[in-house]
Amino acid sequence: MSEFPSPVYGLILAGGSSRRMRLDKAALKYQGKTQLDRAFELAGRHVMNVFVSVRADQTLDPTRAQRPMIVDSVAGEGPIAGIRSALAAHPKVAWLVLACDLPYLSDAALDFLLRRRDAAALATAYTSAHDGLPEPLCAIWEPSAAAALADYQAGGGHCPRKFLIRHGARLLEPQDTRALDNVNTPEEYRQAVATLDKAPMQLKIQYYALMREQAGRSEETLETSSSTPAGLYEELVARYGFTLSRDQLKVAVNSEFSDWSRKLKVGDAVVFIPPVAGG
Amino acid sequence: MMHFRFTEGAIDTQSARRELQTSSAGGYVSFEGWVRDLNEGQEVTRLEYEAFQELAVKEGDRIVAEALRRYPIKHALCIHRVGSLSVGDMAVWVGVSSAHRGEAFDACRFIIDEVKHRVPIWKKEHYRSGDSGWVNCERCAAAPQHAEHAEHADHHHHRAAVPNPTEPV
Repeated sequence: MSEFPSPVYGLILAGGSSRRMRLDKAALKYQGKTQLDRAFELAGRHVMNVFVSVRADQTLDPTRAQRPMIVDSVAGEGPIAGIRSALAAHPKVAWLVLACDLPYLSDAALDFLLRRRDAAALATAYTSAHDGLPEPLCAIWEPSAAAALADYQAGGGHCPRKFLIRHGARLLEPQDTRALDNVNTPEEYRQAVATLDKAPMQLKIQYYALMREQAGRSEETLETSSSTPAGLYEELVARYGFTLSRDQLKVAVNSEFSDWSRKLKVGDAVVFIPPVAGG
Repeated sequence: MMHFRFTEGAIDTQSARRELQTSSAGGYVSFEGWVRDLNEGQEVTRLEYEAFQELAVKEGDRIVAEALRRYPIKHALCIHRVGSLSVGDMAVWVGVSSAHRGEAFDACRFIIDEVKHRVPIWKKEHYRSGDSGWVNCERCAAAPQHAEHAEHADHHHHRAAVPNPTEPV
């Protein structure tokens, strides 16, 4: 054992095609973004490098092709092949492994998992809120799991959950029981979309000139349930008492002028533009 | 090519002018905006410029690209300063080169007018009285803005390196 725990990279498992959904779960959209993009952004806020796990025949798939990949290099299908391939590609790295069908997964859930990581165990995993069994696909897999996984697979094993039960993992009870709910059917997908559309989302706001002075800050990240810049401005007027009325302003989203009724997405950067005075 | 940029230091008009030179240009028109000591009856000591630079350079670049499409000119460039400026400092520079003078004057005026109205740049005036205010933002915050206001709050002597038709003498 080295003195310091291995660094953690992110691995988004998006290899499987869903039989029940008859759709690619990685390409399903929530809050205007594909689940693969959401998972990348989420993991990217907690670990330095994030990869998507793919089978050799998926490397050109448009949903995945723009992301750094770990292509399956070991025989066999399913999550174990993906996890083993990642451990083989970077043998000194531990992997934050996330399935691509966990739309409710939150920063808080990942933060808790990473802070409670036990680098001496083969893995640190949440237990399911439904049956108390380990959740292998929202877990940190340590480099030391590589050899045991190879043996397990050589012995005919293919279920990462059974592997964790048999070999033992550091287990954590989820704080938010819904965070690990996955989406397996079109009905569950519809429900998740509806729930997440109403959920508060994080936005980045930058303030300039008079508004910077009135807000007392030049930028902030905030949770809002406003879904448009118009609604967001009302909310901020109530908070900061901005003196400019909305019709005196323009608004930009992600560094481009925008409509006041545009639907905002998680992570959008919003700037309200007071009357300009260049020259 | 980027046709619009910011600088925190003094605008180097000599090197900017060289960027416009080409053998097919018969002339060049430039506009300089300077910090004036008086605005709306208040004695100004200093100005602070700030910009939402990511969007400002895109919008500024679009304005100059529009000018290049609308007028048969050769090259055009606008440089805007940000930070703290004193009376007499140059806040903005526009240069246009073309085969003939007419379109260079027209394009130069088009660019400075559009920049003042569209590019997210703000200035805060500091007055001799110790007071200060964001131009176009504070006095009209209570009442809706009207078109004239921008002209009233306008800061600079409109001076051009060559006689400029925009000069409101």
